[in-house]
Amino acid sequence: MSALRDRLLARWETLLVLLLFAFLVLGTSLSPYFLSASNFSDMTSNLMEKAIMALPLALIIIAGEIDLSVESMLGLSSALLGFVYLLGWPLWIDIPLVLAVGALGGLFNGLLVTRAGLPSLVVTLGTLALYRGLASVVLGPQSVSRWPDSFTNFGFGTVPGTLLPWPFVIFAVLAVAFMFVLHRTWIGRQIFAIGKNKEAARYAGIQVARVKTLLFVLSGTLSALAGVVLTARLSSARADNGQGFVLDVVTATLLGGVNIFGGEGTIAGVVLAIFVIGVLRNGLTLADVSPDVQSVVVGALLILSVAGPTAVRRIRSAWSTRRFVQSAINR
Amino acid sequence: MVRAVEAPASSNLAGRIGLERTLALIARLRELGILLALAVIVLVVSVQTPVFFTVSNFEQILLSVALIAIVAVGQTTVVLTRNVDLSVGSVVGLVAFVTGDLLKEHVLGVPAAILAGCLLGLGLGVLNGLIITLGRVPAIVATLGTLNIYRGLAFLIAGGKQVSVIDLPKSYLQIASSSVLGVPTLIFSAIVIAAIAAYLLRYSRTGRQLYAIGSNPAAAEVVGIPSQRLVFGAFVLCGLLAGVAGVLWGSRFGTVNAGAASGLELQVIAAVVVGGVNIFGGSGTVVGAVLGAILLGTIQNALTISHLSQFWLQAIDGAVILLAVGTDAAIRSYFQRILTRTGRR
Repeated sequence: MSALRDRLLARWETLLVLLLFAFLVLGTSLSPYFLSASNFSDMTSNLMEKAIMALPLALIIIAGEIDLSVESMLGLSSALLGFVYLLGWPLWIDIPLVLAVGALGGLFNGLLVTRAGLPSLVVTLGTLALYRGLASVVLGPQSVSRWPDSFTNFGFGTVPGTLLPWPFVIFAVLAVAFMFVLHRTWIGRQIFAIGKNKEAARYAGIQVARVKTLLFVLSGTLSALAGVVLTARLSSARADNGQGFVLDVVTATLLGGVNIFGGEGTIAGVVLAIFVIGVLRNGLTLADVSPDVQSVVVGALLILSVAGPTAVRRIRSAWSTRRFVQSAINR
Repeated sequence: MVRAVEAPASSNLAGRIGLERTLALIARLRELGILLALAVIVLVVSVQTPVFFTVSNFEQILLSVALIAIVAVGQTTVVLTRNVDLSVGSVVGLVAFVTGDLLKEHVLGVPAAILAGCLLGLGLGVLNGLIITLGRVPAIVATLGTLNIYRGLAFLIAGGKQVSVIDLPKSYLQIASSSVLGVPTLIFSAIVIAAIAAYLLRYSRTGRQLYAIGSNPAAAEVVGIPSQRLVFGAFVLCGLLAGVAGVLWGSRFGTVNAGAASGLELQVIAAVVVGGVNIFGGSGTVVGAVLGAILLGTIQNALTISHLSQFWLQAIDGAVILLAVGTDAAIRSYFQRILTRTGRR
């Protein structure tokens, strides 16, 4: 029993659940509107674009790379959706087209990283600027806001009879799929192996370049999907949609326990971390704190989520060294 | 089996020494390459739009480049050590706003406010450095965090207000419009800062140690270079120079809000990368980074003058970053192949 307790306490996810509860209590004390079903429904739908992008990012970071371009791909997808819709093309053509462009953008990132051997940090910093720039080239400063009801109902609406927003359904399906693939299949084990030791993975016959490229393609596609979801939810396609999202997405991934150096992480942790950030931002919003100022707290959370575990690890190893030296002296 | 692995490793070493030398040569060629590219752009645009080839337009270009160049000098120092500082845009914005606000509210006189602005930049750099060296947080995560923290602080302090030209004392605004020895102060200070940094990086012991850390962190540790302290110093310098740029930013534009200099970090990194500073650390020069900033500034000016849509500007920043690192990698792997094939030494 105590062993079980130790294992449960030692898990990062347990810490996240506690953090989530702490923020829920904090939110309740900040505003009387916080603890209501409609607020929770709103909060969830506000989070879904970031949540959808955090899933593939988790896999990319576990594989030892990073993708900073996700928010710009979201913007490009939103702008492109607005552009082709203005041309009069029906949505059933527009949406697959936008997703395909997302896949291409991801492929571009992936090929530059794996084939040209460039660091993903610089490549995706470049495409962060490039894709956002292309978004404003495509749509300019205008916003497209006349959408068919079926599309905006999907963005605003909830599953009949419940308060579950439709975007949440998409995210839930994706999260379960990601959880299964990462933790239960050989693909997931390959991703972990690549992140732990790229060379060893290559010698073990894993096609490192192909797996990484596919992960970037996945990231591009789902960022484009997030762009479609955000456009429906705001009922507005704009080139600057999703600007600044990268902070929350990266924070969710690292706070979720994904190791920034690769090789470690769980989808459950990332999902929990998304809601931690969501509850935190929601509580602050209800307390009249502007989104820009909220970023101070989220930014600090990002740094702490990496500095904290590192510090714990260092203290632990210092202790065990001391205990070892002590026992050697005693003997 | 062991020998089979060892043999290529030792020839790799010889190859690497050759590679380092070749890279130094490429860096020098890179500066020539940028000058060449500049000449071509100037020639082509001048033929199409005569307005471009005027003294006043070149002065405009250099004025807009000066601030980016000052920040790029600090960024170069950081990148040389195999790190990156994404927070520079937010530091410039926060310092510009705080300096302006101090003057607007008559809290401090002009010299004291300028000093306060520079010290604020220094302090923000110290915080970055502490998180990275003491907290052992990778620079990309740490500075992505502080990018948002510093920007958020600017919004918190501003609370919706902004600083306008009429709020600011003339003597502060005159810094940007005055000139030293016939050269506008902005350009003059950029030249002085870049020259000092270039000299120190090339000839001082600390400067050489910064290169050593970037080109081989493990070896630098072995020969007794205090890597952590120097990386910390690089971030402090980067913060200080961003602070200086922030003070000058307020003086140049007069109107400053909490969102000032957003996204500047991408332009600065583009300048550094285009200037041939290796993103893996260990090679590159301040002169290259400044030339990179001038090249980017000239391209932007040329686009604006030839009435190309403003919306292209950001896309071009991104494309230029990719093009620069792509070219570097291509050249590097080309030489690596030649050096290992001929089995030099």
